[in-house]
Amino acid sequence: MNEHHHIVSYSKLIAIWLILLALTALTVAITRVNLGGYKVLGALVIACVKSGLVIAVFMHMKYEGRLLRWLLFLALVTLAVFIGLTFFDVLYR
Amino acid sequence: MTGHLHKDDFGAKLGMWLFLFTELLLFGGLFLLYAVYLKRYPHEFAAGGTQLNWIMGTANTAILLTSSLSAAMAVTAVQRGELKRTVALLGGTVLCAACFMVIKYFEWSAKIGHGIYPGSEHLKAGAPGESVFFSLYYISTGIHGLHVMIGAALLTWIGVKVRSGEVNADNYILLENGALYWHLVDLIWIFIFPLYYLVL
Repeated sequence: MNEHHHIVSYSKLIAIWLILLALTALTVAITRVNLGGYKVLGALVIACVKSGLVIAVFMHMKYEGRLLRWLLFLALVTLAVFIGLTFFDVLYR
Repeated sequence: MTGHLHKDDFGAKLGMWLFLFTELLLFGGLFLLYAVYLKRYPHEFAAGGTQLNWIMGTANTAILLTSSLSAAMAVTAVQRGELKRTVALLGGTVLCAACFMVIKYFEWSAKIGHGIYPGSEHLKAGAPGESVFFSLYYISTGIHGLHVMIGAALLTWIGVKVRSGEVNADNYILLENGALYWHLVDLIWIFIFPLYYLVL
């Protein structure tokens, strides 16, 4: 190995888990009340925050080098481009 | 063969991440289909979504988040050389996976009992948007469930290797990669849950 390994403490992992559970409860709460179109947006924003926490801490991305981070960025951009271009077609057909 | 053991942990991890990106694009395609058809059939999707049991969905979300915590803790445990704890934590993840699949089984059998499954008479007679919704529901949760089973099998196999000492504090890339796969399963569910069970 070319670098030292970062060991994530149990307490940090448990703290992230509690935040993830709280965010899940928040998602359920905001989608049970009538917010109209905002509930889709709200639920997706929370889902993105949750994924960010899982990727950064549980999957150790926060402690990885540049190469993996850039590759993740590239994969997400690819996904965003194909979703964006599809909607460009679907919405203006 | 010589006794020389070639090891490239970073290469192994890079390969795993590249594989996870392809998985991301696979599920990304399914979410894209969902979004396009939601736009075309908003009322049918809303009618379909309210038939899903959001309480079971919430329970499964909590179970999967807990399983991910357990997998992440198993990596910390193996890095610290606490091998017994590693095996116990992996066992916890697999147990959560089993609970998830049991709940999924009850959900699917309730739907199938009501005549809602791809190609059923009930869906054929109904609005086209509704059968699109349930086809997407079955294929998304089905492929995800398949991943849960593969992940659980993978982590069980890795747990056996931790027990035999083959995976240990100096050699744990296999466990790290297994955990990465498991977290991906969790990540996908983080999106399936609100989109199918909550927002409609």
